[in-house]
Amino acid sequence: MKSTFQVSKIILFAIVVALAIFPFVSDSRTWTILLTQIFIFSILAMSYDILLGYTGIVSFGHAMFFGMGAYATAIMLDRFEPTIGIFVLSIAVGMCIAGIISFLVGLLTLRLKSHFFAMLTMAVSGLFLVLAEKWRTLTFGNDGFTFKAPEIFKDRMMYYLLVLGCLVLVYLLLRRFVDSPLGRVLIAVRENEQRTKSLGFQTLHYKVIASVVAGVIASLAGSLYAVSLRFVNTSVLTMDITLDALLMTIIGGVGTLIGPIIGAGVIELAQHYLSGLAKEHPIFERWIIFFGIVYILAVIFFPKGIVGTVKHLFWKRKNPIKIAISSKRKGIAK
Amino acid sequence: MSILLKVENVHTHIGQYHILQGVSFEAKAGEVSVLLGRNGAGKTTSLKTIMGLTPATSGQITFDDKSIVKNPTYQIAKDGIGYVPEDQGIFGALTVEENIKVAIRKEDEVSLARQEYVLELFPDLKKYWKKDGGHLSGGQKQMLSMARAFVNESKLLLIDEPSKGLAPVVIEKVMEAINEMKKQTTIILVEQNFMMASKIGDTYTLIDDGETVQSGLMKELIENEELKRKYLGIG
Repeated sequence: MKSTFQVSKIILFAIVVALAIFPFVSDSRTWTILLTQIFIFSILAMSYDILLGYTGIVSFGHAMFFGMGAYATAIMLDRFEPTIGIFVLSIAVGMCIAGIISFLVGLLTLRLKSHFFAMLTMAVSGLFLVLAEKWRTLTFGNDGFTFKAPEIFKDRMMYYLLVLGCLVLVYLLLRRFVDSPLGRVLIAVRENEQRTKSLGFQTLHYKVIASVVAGVIASLAGSLYAVSLRFVNTSVLTMDITLDALLMTIIGGVGTLIGPIIGAGVIELAQHYLSGLAKEHPIFERWIIFFGIVYILAVIFFPKGIVGTVKHLFWKRKNPIKIAISSKRKGIAK
Repeated sequence: MSILLKVENVHTHIGQYHILQGVSFEAKAGEVSVLLGRNGAGKTTSLKTIMGLTPATSGQITFDDKSIVKNPTYQIAKDGIGYVPEDQGIFGALTVEENIKVAIRKEDEVSLARQEYVLELFPDLKKYWKKDGGHLSGGQKQMLSMARAFVNESKLLLIDEPSKGLAPVVIEKVMEAINEMKKQTTIILVEQNFMMASKIGDTYTLIDDGETVQSGLMKELIENEELKRKYLGIG
């Protein structure tokens, strides 16, 4: 068990090293940009995994925190000198706003039953979208605005390395968070909230903590996203962003942290290649349909997601006797 | 002996259904009180109502001389009532160790000693320490559920049908554990298996159609064939 754990740590380390070396050995600008996008959405999907995978909360309003980060960074870099200092400060401001809003929204809505909560998060997120559309003096509405990124990020490789560093840092922090006693309580809430309450935990507090952590990390992803495009408009607050995060988490494997990273990779690559196939055949101009089919097939055949399925297969290989006994029991029951 | 828990004329509604229609009983400190009755009589709901999981709509519940009828579940648990639910409520994605650790509210030397004691009580759990709760057998889950409730020093333990669906050998082990636990805490037990209930219980309360019909000493019930036939279908 311990050696498997060590091996997976070594593999992860090797992958990070390979990704860090990549821009030095490849001059493909497309791949550098694509991988940067994958890293950013990995951070967003991991934040969603804290909600869905570890606490069992389905939110349809996660995009609002992503949007808060994106707008905080874009507005500050636009209004002030686009320096590294302002960039870092804008990330901190975005995270603070997201933290406060997620705390308040969580406190007011997380006591509701899951489906009511999901609907209410969608409504609150919609409010922020309308606010961004109407407050044109600040956001330029749906048209959005371009801004200058700090000089150092004109080199795409530098930005790639920064985002990769953020991804690794967020992964390590969230791993520590979910493996802590607090993380265990979150899993307990997901598994059986009533039971967790009867162990003496005020579950609402724990759900609010999860919501704040997820909101703050999503805001970081939004800040990084805005700088990667040097542009922001209200699309960062739309439902599409939340659905992407949801699907990345589900396809990669909920409650695994590493799954959402893989999910982000799969979805971003699928989007890239399927849209690129339009040059080959006109049918691929409707690539979104194929994308939908990929989603449906993934959910049908990999309900535990990629990582969950692989873990299950490993468990089956390790416990062949148990599987045989369980199958035999099922046979007798029939 | 002093009265630790007193349930007085409690009524509970679940949705539109009036489940408890006047349940009253008391549990004396250091005793095992058994709630008996047919399926659907309201025994499990009585435990859930004490825990605040299905809050009482009227009536009074006093624990340790304080009313707990309006308290939220987490507060009732913090006040010192442990609960072992009928479905065991194991966190399947957590290991046996994590299931136990998550229940420990304050990790210190006292709780570690308590954990050691609980593992002596349920030695099988040591073997499966790193195994996921979801992969345990029914008996192992029952032991884990009891261990988890007992790992904090609860003044009162509510145990719901611990023998349900278990093999006779496992029931023996569960009985031994409850007998050991009763030396340290007060227990309210819901049990369909009258043989087991009569061996462990000091007092009984018969519940029928959501109402208390009779309470008394267990040895009196053992000798009362008519009561057993009428309300438990035994004899």
